[in-house]
Amino acid sequence: MPRMTYVMRRVSPATDMYMKLISSALFAGGAAGLLAGLLQLLFVQPVLLHAELYEVGTLVHFGAGASAPANPAVPVLELTRDGLSLLFNILIYCGYGFLLVAAMALAEGRSTVPNGRTGIVWGIAGFVVVQMLPAFSLAPEVPGVAAGDVYDRQVWWGLTVASAAVALWLIAFSKGWTSWAAAAVLLFAPHLYGAPEPDYFAGTAPPEVAALFAARSLGSGFFAWSVLGCVIGFLWARAEKASQEQAPV
Amino acid sequence: MTALTGSSAATLSAKVGPILLAALLGIGIVAIAGHGQAHVLHDAAHDVRHATGFPCH
Repeated sequence: MPRMTYVMRRVSPATDMYMKLISSALFAGGAAGLLAGLLQLLFVQPVLLHAELYEVGTLVHFGAGASAPANPAVPVLELTRDGLSLLFNILIYCGYGFLLVAAMALAEGRSTVPNGRTGIVWGIAGFVVVQMLPAFSLAPEVPGVAAGDVYDRQVWWGLTVASAAVALWLIAFSKGWTSWAAAAVLLFAPHLYGAPEPDYFAGTAPPEVAALFAARSLGSGFFAWSVLGCVIGFLWARAEKASQEQAPV
Repeated sequence: MTALTGSSAATLSAKVGPILLAALLGIGIVAIAGHGQAHVLHDAAHDVRHATGFPCH
């Protein structure tokens, strides 16, 4: 009777679903957050620290200090500061992971069962919604940059992400020109309306530094989101295979 | 059939709770870690917010 005992111990579909979503979001979020943290420390943090030298006045753009080296050495590692960065990257990517598994579970039945490869497509879609489209009008800000009111920018960011999510969903899972037109409106409306802007530009860092910062920020996000989707897809394909093998014949 | 699990057999009612929980956890974590303006939280998450493209301050 061992098989019977096993079948009796099977968890309900709902419990199974809770475990699948929570464990895959946390595991993939941890992995992607770790990668995001490492990419930040290697590629973004040096640019950020460089910009801070302009923010505090150690370096001056077009100023008396212009003869100082354009790329001074910045600290390689600051334990507390970089440790917190790693921690918050993992936390934020776990949050992204929860959002992505919610969307993937909602799409079950409309889409093929995700695997490691198709998971990358989901990850890139998440990157487009959460990072690329907000950045289309609200570029990643290097320290010292002039910007509009923080609350206004957060509200604009939230609404832009929400409308981009609906737009990508319509493009992926709806058919017909009406849906696609609605998606186009949702994609571009926040940018036609415009993101909150500062009254005047007073950024301290040179444009070269600010541009590199924005590019590095988006590039790191792209890689980390791809890994997030890939790991979730891999875990889901594995869970699906296991549940099919364990199902009684 | 009741022992069948996995996406193919998951009914809508079995999916609603987990999806809602995951979505709320995701929104909650991103809102607090990415947007919370409490002083300590802002300072701890400062570099990540800049690096991830969140409006910071």
